[in-house]
Amino acid sequence: MNKAITVSNITKSYPGVLANSNVSLEVSEGSIHAIVGENGAGKSTLMKILYGMVKPDDGSISIFEKITQLSSPKDAIDSGLGMVHQHFMLADNLSVLESVILGIDNATLKNINLRRYKSEIMEVINKYNLNINLDKTIDELGVGEKQRVEILKVLFRGAKILILDEPTAVLVPQEVEELFNNLRDLKDNGVTIIFISHKLDEVLEIADEISVMRGGVMVNTVDSENISKKELAEMMIGKSLPKPPERQSSVGDLKILSVENLSASNDDGKDIFNDITFDLQSSEILGIAGVEGNGQRELVEAIIGIQEYNSGSIRLKDEIIDDLGIRERLGLGISFIPEDRQAQALIMDMTLTNNIILGRQSLKKYKTKLTTVNLSNATTASESVIGNFDVKTPNANTIATALSGGNQQKYVVGRELEDNPTLLIASQPTRGIDIGAQALIWEKLRSTRDDGLGVILISADLEELIGLSDRIVVIYQGNFVAELKPDEITPEILGSYMTGLRK
Amino acid sequence: MDDLINFFKKKYVIIAPLLIIIFIAQNEQYSQLTSSGTFGSALRLSIPILLAGLGGLFSERTGVVNIGLEGMMIMGTWFGAWGGFMYGPWGGVLFGLIGGGLFGLIHAIATVSFQVDHIVSGVAINILAVGAARFFNILAFDGIAFASSTASPRIEGEVGKFNLPFLTGGTLNGNETSNILGDLENANIFLISDISGLLVGLTSNISYFTIIALLLVPISVYVLWRTPIGLQMRSVGEYPSGSESLGVNVYLMKYIGVIISGCLAGLAGAYLVLEGPNVYLQGQTGGRGFIGLASLLFGNYRPLGVLMGAGLFGFADALQLRSEEAIHGLLIAVALFLFVLTINNLSKRNFKVSTGTFITGLFFLVWYLNSTSVPIQFIYFTPHLTTLVVLSFSKQKFRMPKKVGVAYKKGELN
Amino acid sequence: MKLRLRLVSLSAPLIALMLAVSLTSLILLGIGKDPIETFRMMFEYGSTGKSIVSVLNRTTPLYISAVAVAVGFKMGLFNIGVEGQYLLGALLAAAIGTSFAISRPIHIFFIMLIAVVASSLWAAIAGYLKVYKGIHEVISTIMLNYIGTGLIAYLLSNIFFDKDEKNAIPQTVELPESGRLPALNNLFGIEDLPNLHGFLPITILLGLIYYLLIWKTTLGYDLRVTGANPIAARFSGVDPKRLTIIAMIISGGFAGLVGMGPLLGYFHQYTIDFPPGLGFAGIGVALLGRNHPVGMFLGAILFGFLERSAQILDLRGVPKEIETMMSAFILLIVVVFYEIIRRYILTQQIKDASKKIGEN
Repeated sequence: MNKAITVSNITKSYPGVLANSNVSLEVSEGSIHAIVGENGAGKSTLMKILYGMVKPDDGSISIFEKITQLSSPKDAIDSGLGMVHQHFMLADNLSVLESVILGIDNATLKNINLRRYKSEIMEVINKYNLNINLDKTIDELGVGEKQRVEILKVLFRGAKILILDEPTAVLVPQEVEELFNNLRDLKDNGVTIIFISHKLDEVLEIADEISVMRGGVMVNTVDSENISKKELAEMMIGKSLPKPPERQSSVGDLKILSVENLSASNDDGKDIFNDITFDLQSSEILGIAGVEGNGQRELVEAIIGIQEYNSGSIRLKDEIIDDLGIRERLGLGISFIPEDRQAQALIMDMTLTNNIILGRQSLKKYKTKLTTVNLSNATTASESVIGNFDVKTPNANTIATALSGGNQQKYVVGRELEDNPTLLIASQPTRGIDIGAQALIWEKLRSTRDDGLGVILISADLEELIGLSDRIVVIYQGNFVAELKPDEITPEILGSYMTGLRK
Repeated sequence: MDDLINFFKKKYVIIAPLLIIIFIAQNEQYSQLTSSGTFGSALRLSIPILLAGLGGLFSERTGVVNIGLEGMMIMGTWFGAWGGFMYGPWGGVLFGLIGGGLFGLIHAIATVSFQVDHIVSGVAINILAVGAARFFNILAFDGIAFASSTASPRIEGEVGKFNLPFLTGGTLNGNETSNILGDLENANIFLISDISGLLVGLTSNISYFTIIALLLVPISVYVLWRTPIGLQMRSVGEYPSGSESLGVNVYLMKYIGVIISGCLAGLAGAYLVLEGPNVYLQGQTGGRGFIGLASLLFGNYRPLGVLMGAGLFGFADALQLRSEEAIHGLLIAVALFLFVLTINNLSKRNFKVSTGTFITGLFFLVWYLNSTSVPIQFIYFTPHLTTLVVLSFSKQKFRMPKKVGVAYKKGELN
Repeated sequence: MKLRLRLVSLSAPLIALMLAVSLTSLILLGIGKDPIETFRMMFEYGSTGKSIVSVLNRTTPLYISAVAVAVGFKMGLFNIGVEGQYLLGALLAAAIGTSFAISRPIHIFFIMLIAVVASSLWAAIAGYLKVYKGIHEVISTIMLNYIGTGLIAYLLSNIFFDKDEKNAIPQTVELPESGRLPALNNLFGIEDLPNLHGFLPITILLGLIYYLLIWKTTLGYDLRVTGANPIAARFSGVDPKRLTIIAMIISGGFAGLVGMGPLLGYFHQYTIDFPPGLGFAGIGVALLGRNHPVGMFLGAILFGFLERSAQILDLRGVPKEIETMMSAFILLIVVVFYEIIRRYILTQQIKDASKKIGEN
């Protein structure tokens, strides 16, 4: 069979990191080829090189058996490559049609022939069964639909090779199934697909061939028919896959938090969440499962006081906290790990020590007599977090930007656990970080829970949710639709509740 | 009929003031409120704001906040005066455009290539423009009669003007035609005369510069929404990394947007000179660049919206210039409008707001009844106060470009 | 931060100054003047004793204005309205300050208090409009400047003017002796020079207060955090609405003191030529000094010096407006270089950190 892509001996190094070392890869035309590896294995760098975004130090690339120089995404597009990024490259304010044709015409003052484009695009949509409405604006679309727009974008540009970077990270199992059906349609029409992932089940299901990367090196390429998940995992990380440790549930009897009939609506009067009632005990991790945008984010933000609610009541231990501001609630012992550490939990160009005060401004120990900021206590606390959470940093006076994502996250988790909180709200606590940091955070969450902490956990990683939680509630369109026992369910079952297929 | 009521309910914030003003204008004393003269000067005063607002539109749609509009407009006034003095009025138009564009280029270099905070750069440009205009003026007009450090000599000649044939007495093939609208305005019929006044003001004795400025509204719509370059420019303001991944030259688009922005602001400055006193004066712009920016907000980042906003601010400006009496009439208009708001809020059981509007309304009513005119110093800031009031009341959801004001560095995907 | 990086960060204003001097020289050459001779004249004139006193007198209000702007800048709030705020505060302080006479320190304190209250209330309007009406503070403060100017003109010519004065120029009644701040010349033994105005020590104290406020209090921490990352600040319990209004009030409070040096020191009344433009100039100084108390002081002195020393130029046939150009060049170049150097330092810090982590 002809080769769609041949990568020969690519090497790329960054200061202090060898991202790709002598990497070679062959992808057959019309196949689905997966590349697996954990974060930092060098997959993204390889893809950026393929897509002309990064120039390799050494090595060559052939596309359809022709040596090709790729010095910009435009070169890659011209030679038939198309990339679907993990973060959608879509502008909310543009229409689907505009998003698809953006950049196809040269930047001139000629009239855009919208009607002609529309019929041409409809042909592509029909050919691959894509189910997209061209007249909507992007912000009206759901996640799966946005992804289809991304695929349409590259197909319409005549891509014969499709690179998908972690395409399932944002999807629930049912959407994944729909995506896979689309991918099979594409393959049947002769499109070559490169599928980057670290989810081995999915890779085994969809891929014809699988290449494994580890530490910047291409470890092996195997046929997906002839390999088991376990073997694949061992190739990928050199040992077996991490999973949250086994549950030993020991829920306490002290009521930490009780939420009663909580409802909130947005400015247009549309419900965000509706009549939510639940309790949280000490030494309990309550998982909230839901597809993004179903109200779970707003619900936890209501608990810390960011989201306003129209009715209902929140009680922390014995105290009703409805009338308290965010700072007062945090002062009562609520800790919060927001989903986006860089945007929400850290001041990136401040030092770690300055960051430890963030969210703890009202805490006595960070103040002196004249209500000034007490930097010496902050330094002590900061150093203790660095030590306890194995944060890799030169010292406590390093600015947060200088740390890797995993270390930033460990520092945030450490800070939120530093002052013996009563309640911890953890939103996506291990998203996008390396396996080592993930394991450490899991262990810390678990051990502080054992010490009596009540935890509310939100995670898109359903394995994590099931593995860590003592109890799981499912939120769908702003309502709690199910309460489940983690040891009785699988991600697939959970997914069907989350998408409203099962009630 | 129901449709009409619904339409009124939805748009009463715009319709009610208009009706009130027309009603008050029936009183001889306040007839200036809707005279063709007022609308004529409203149009002339709207154009600089419109041009500045469109300038802001091009810049902000590509994601660059342009507080420097005022400075670019100042450059437009000086270069417009200089070009006009050297090469006649159309030379003034051209050089005004170039002068503003040059400062647009500076803003683009600072914000796009060097990622300086947009507002910081804009503030610096405004400071630079004041100094530069003064300096250039001294250099260029040293020793020329009637020039000083703060004023240029007079520009001879003017940009041509014309009237519409038949409607406002324009000429056709050299023959004078009837002036239907003018006659209607003078007939003093309720509403009809007022609307005729509006139309006469907008269509008689119009300069070609004004026509060009007005044409820029549909041209902006076409460029931004109907052409590939416009699509690329808008996409860059929304999600630059996405655009770059599709081969759009992000920096180039931002440069184009900001330079066009400067050019339009420069035109606005030239207009102030050429359709005004025919000289450059220090401080001539009087914050109109900022009012242009306000009209952009008011117009929700759309050309037609900007036109409406500019028209409103121009109207306030015109009243300020034309008639102290008319401004006095506005007091009662404001009072009546506040009472309308009071009733509306009462019907929504919003008692706190309705009490506030009622008391403020009473204040204006008492002021109106106990005075015969508004102090001249207050009249001076009517447009600025109007800007704040209008922005306070236009509580619509702004749909601003998503990444406006955010620095973008090439190759930063995310 | 390492010493090396600290030195690099100090280089930006020096580079800007050098580039601005070069650009100005080019312009001077272009209009046929000798740049070296021009700068020599400026320096010679600017460094006389008389000039130094004048520069210091000029520096004090400029510095306070910069501080007022900087309070806002620290939380990402652009108070462009210091101009209107200080003028309005000065007018009210001058007008009300004449209506009573008590012992000097108390009298002066009350005059300052009136100015602070008036200016901060005026600034609070912009805070209110931002928080509750969503109007960007740049727009609102600029509009309030125009409104303030009209209001001042009205108050001065209709309400607060000196009724005994036959003169047509509207002005307030002069402050009594107890409301005037004595000059400092005796203190420094420079009786032979023009008056060194008494507000200088208060200015230095204000700089110190500013420093403590921003870097040593929780409020200051909240301001800095909000300026750096408003979302994270909100998650940390900062109420952005409240903080915006507080910041505007504090900024306006400092603004109120801008006019006090001139008022208490030498004008002793508010007239139509009460020095304008200090508010706008303060923005430049704050940008040049990067909101740092010492940096802004140096910036104020630099601008004060340039302005003073340019006075000689017109007499020697060089347009003194060359100074306005030069100040503007400095400003524009410095904001660009601060950004370049900020990025350079950031990448250096990241590199240093990853190197050190690698070593461990």
